[in-house]
Amino acid sequence: MLSLAAKVVCTYRGAMSIWEYANPKKFMQASGTVLPWVAVLSAICLFGGLIWGFFFTPDAINFGATVKIIYLHVPAAMMAINAWAMMLVASLIWLVRRHHVSALAAKAAAPVGLTMTLIALLTGAIWGQPMWGTWWAWDPRLTSFLILTLFYLGYLALWQAVENPDTAADLTSVLCIVGSVFALLSRYAVNFWTQGLHQGASLSLDKKENVSDVYYLPLLLCIAGFVLLFLSLVLLRTRTEIRSRRLAALRLRERLA
Amino acid sequence: MDMGKYTQVVMWSYAGSIALILALIVVSLWQSARTRRALREVEGRIGKTDV
Repeated sequence: MLSLAAKVVCTYRGAMSIWEYANPKKFMQASGTVLPWVAVLSAICLFGGLIWGFFFTPDAINFGATVKIIYLHVPAAMMAINAWAMMLVASLIWLVRRHHVSALAAKAAAPVGLTMTLIALLTGAIWGQPMWGTWWAWDPRLTSFLILTLFYLGYLALWQAVENPDTAADLTSVLCIVGSVFALLSRYAVNFWTQGLHQGASLSLDKKENVSDVYYLPLLLCIAGFVLLFLSLVLLRTRTEIRSRRLAALRLRERLA
Repeated sequence: MDMGKYTQVVMWSYAGSIALILALIVVSLWQSARTRRALREVEGRIGKTDV
């Protein structure tokens, strides 16, 4: 009984340990160790996946050689939505627990998410032209992605517009919660609006719905590469934000002295 | 490698995406180096090295 209680306490302590990284010093130490490994792994997955997909997969019957765009379009679209989800979690942590690192991590993730959204829109438009005969259509998924892009731009603009960092973090967190509706809509729009041009999800647990194995495996590698790229860029940019915050504090102290 | 009539479509997709990713990486690294240099300079002046 005593050993069970000890185990529960250990598990509880283990679960709590994530909050240690709310300390900027601890975060800088841990992220400094992890970052090079994540960056190298990301490069390996991205190069491997893209080279495999581009050079060693056959043309699809319905898409021809344009199927090669899937290795950029799908991972970028996934990350565009997941980046916003990460920002939402970080924003909620800021609003509830007031950990500065989480607010800075959300801020750091926004340009990465925006880039992923732009890649998804760009590759989608280029792919759509030969397949649908148009660069753009007011299709539910395309439109919700466009709105998500505007939310990313608004989020970044709000951080720049408000001088007090804590007020900026508060306001951007609220904006992030509101924008989550569109992030969710971007993901599920094709499921409940069937009149659009965009096809259903490429990845599915249903074997019949899922893309063929010959495309699936390099696609998985590309997705892993994009996730790791996102992680390494967010870590790098969060470190920059923490340094930047400290720099501002030291400069202020210098001026007041 | 023959991509037929879709060569340009595929190439533009890859070129555009890789350019965006590289731009993001370069800007992030540049901002990181610039902030680190500035922080080191200020810390050197006041003799503090915490982060």
